[in-house]
Amino acid sequence: MDLLQIAVVLGLLLLLAIPFGRYLSLAFSWEKTGLDKAFGGVEGVLYKIAGIKMQEMTWKQYALALVGSNLVMFFIGYLILRFQGVLPLNSSGIEGMDPLLAFNTVASFLTNTNLQHYSGETGLSYLSQMMVIMFLMFTTPASGIATVMAVIRGLTGQKHLGNFYVDLIRAHTRILIPLSVVVGLLLVSQGVPQTIEPTAVATTLQGEEQQITRGLVAALESIKHLGTNGGGYFGVNSSHPFENPTPLSNVIEILSMFLIPASLPFAFGYMARNKKQGLMIFAAMFIIFLAMLTTVYVSESNGNPALTQIGLSQADGSMEGKEVRFGIAQSALFTAVTTAATTGTVNNMHDTLTPIGGMVPLTEMMLNNIFGGDGVGMMNILMYAILAVFICGLMVGRTPEYLGRKIESNEMKMIAIAILIHPLIILAPSAIALATEWGTSSISNPGYHGISQVVYEFSSSAANNGSGFEGLADNTPFWNISTGLVMLFGRYFSMILMLAVSGSLLKKQLVPETIGTFRTDNTLFMGVLIGIVLIVGALTFLPVLALGPVAEWLTLR
Amino acid sequence: MLKNLRVSLLLLIICGLIYPLAMTGIAQAIMPYKADGSLIVDKDGTVIGSELIGQKFTEPGYFIGRVSSIEYNAAGSGSNNYAPSNPAMIERTEIDLQAFLAANPDIKQEDVPADLMTNSASGLDPHLSPKAAKVQVPRIAKERNMDPNVLYQLVDKHIEGRSLGLFGEPRVNVLKLNMALDQLQ
Repeated sequence: MDLLQIAVVLGLLLLLAIPFGRYLSLAFSWEKTGLDKAFGGVEGVLYKIAGIKMQEMTWKQYALALVGSNLVMFFIGYLILRFQGVLPLNSSGIEGMDPLLAFNTVASFLTNTNLQHYSGETGLSYLSQMMVIMFLMFTTPASGIATVMAVIRGLTGQKHLGNFYVDLIRAHTRILIPLSVVVGLLLVSQGVPQTIEPTAVATTLQGEEQQITRGLVAALESIKHLGTNGGGYFGVNSSHPFENPTPLSNVIEILSMFLIPASLPFAFGYMARNKKQGLMIFAAMFIIFLAMLTTVYVSESNGNPALTQIGLSQADGSMEGKEVRFGIAQSALFTAVTTAATTGTVNNMHDTLTPIGGMVPLTEMMLNNIFGGDGVGMMNILMYAILAVFICGLMVGRTPEYLGRKIESNEMKMIAIAILIHPLIILAPSAIALATEWGTSSISNPGYHGISQVVYEFSSSAANNGSGFEGLADNTPFWNISTGLVMLFGRYFSMILMLAVSGSLLKKQLVPETIGTFRTDNTLFMGVLIGIVLIVGALTFLPVLALGPVAEWLTLR
Repeated sequence: MLKNLRVSLLLLIICGLIYPLAMTGIAQAIMPYKADGSLIVDKDGTVIGSELIGQKFTEPGYFIGRVSSIEYNAAGSGSNNYAPSNPAMIERTEIDLQAFLAANPDIKQEDVPADLMTNSASGLDPHLSPKAAKVQVPRIAKERNMDPNVLYQLVDKHIEGRSLGLFGEPRVNVLKLNMALDQLQ
């Protein structure tokens, strides 16, 4: 039954992703499409209010618009959090947020990370949940989708890169808002609350008082997954019965967060006018994903040997930190998907995963290109695709080409920087944290697992994932500042560098395809891509994985 | 920069205000019970709890739910996040296991299901596996002076199957089961 339900969910994903990829390629097309009839009217009004014109941008203008608009959003969010205590819609009387925590929170939601150093129940007013969290949950994935569309336009040789503001608005009107409404209502039908009523007070069967926090959960829950955001309404995220009440809501949430990252390779194929280009990239990511999923599923099913030793049957798998309604299959699947799509929502506590099970989310965030978040994940795998082409070119002694354009030293420098930033901002701050009292004083689990907790926190920040080994006491100045900066570097450097690569390729002459051209639309390329991703990842991160999860596993067996 | 401000404010109004409030309106209009949190209210209008949120049960005459480090206080949520190698988790489980065996002398150690002895993710898990409910029947039958077979049937009647017969795990809602238990007498 376990394997069947996992297979059905992944089958449904494929069924949705291919047509949705086609839809994405049309939704952002500058040619007239049928969609203009449906959305053009509303969009026209929005363009007028915001002063947007359909003008093409250079890569520099595009990057400037991305950074500029995000900067404004940062300040709006920061001010609301600081002053939520005196602003309206604060029925639970929550105070303004501390400056460093507010910096970390806004950086986190602006970068699509949604690392949460506060707890939703006690740290945010209803107004903040709406006008900071939900607002940024829409605009950041929209920024990511817009940017990847510009990058793809450049790589596939469209006329120009497009216009950031037009793409940003379209990502809202054509993708995120309509889907969020539908998914949100489906979730309410499963029992997710959507109310502005304050906390309910119950008298339990045993006659005690129980406070039940509720709120505008469904509206947040839908965009949290569709936008690969991942920040929960409640502290325990999608393991809370109000965020994820049934196995069906679990499946809806998995499909929601996987839909856009899984569709983008197909959209890329359509825009490259060669569907196989997208299919091979999808297949490479999907094969690595399946290996990860299998690892976490088997490891969790086998249970915790330490509990077997004290005589607790582990026949049902490792249930510490998991919910009965999900069991092992739906928990393992959720874990593999949330760190592949770098959403960071969790339906079980990753800190409690068995050592090898917990290594899976950690590894997926370290690779950071197995689907990845809305837009940015696709950019990351494209970086690796170009690297793969480059390495193959070196091996046969030819100037490498990607989609008919020469990859030269200028592009490779930027790609190399973009690829190297990710391990740098994970390993360097992890080393600092582990070497100083600032970091080690926050560790809650003794032994090798403590190393995993620290590395997980920075991997999650750098990959803009946002899940955590949540035992870590992370609301301290050190963690708020360090992870805040890592999240910002992790997001904007690679986006800007990829825009630059794309802008530079767009200007180049098309090279005619010959018999000697290295093809990127066949299974050979798929294999090379998988190899490059795994080799680069393993060379960088195996030592630290050996110190954390592998060492813990060896001591526990 | 002015354009950035205009775009941001426009999106702030749409995504941060119109969207959540419209969603509240629609959800409240078509599914008010669920949108308010599936609250169970008795004849006098007192709220007993939520169908979806677990409650703390300690009395031996009730089915007892999973371990919760926050004692089912739904003003917050969470767990201790114990790593599988954490000695504190192993010690807690050992103590709980021995206490359970002492309170349920008819049960053999290897028949205790893992979900009963482990902390849920949310600390608010409303469910038990059917096995974990049934393993408590002999104790409750003795405590309430009831025929165990009646209780086994009651548990069977409260088993919720997999969603669409496929997704998730079969389970029993502890609060609903205990309410039905009270009504039997």
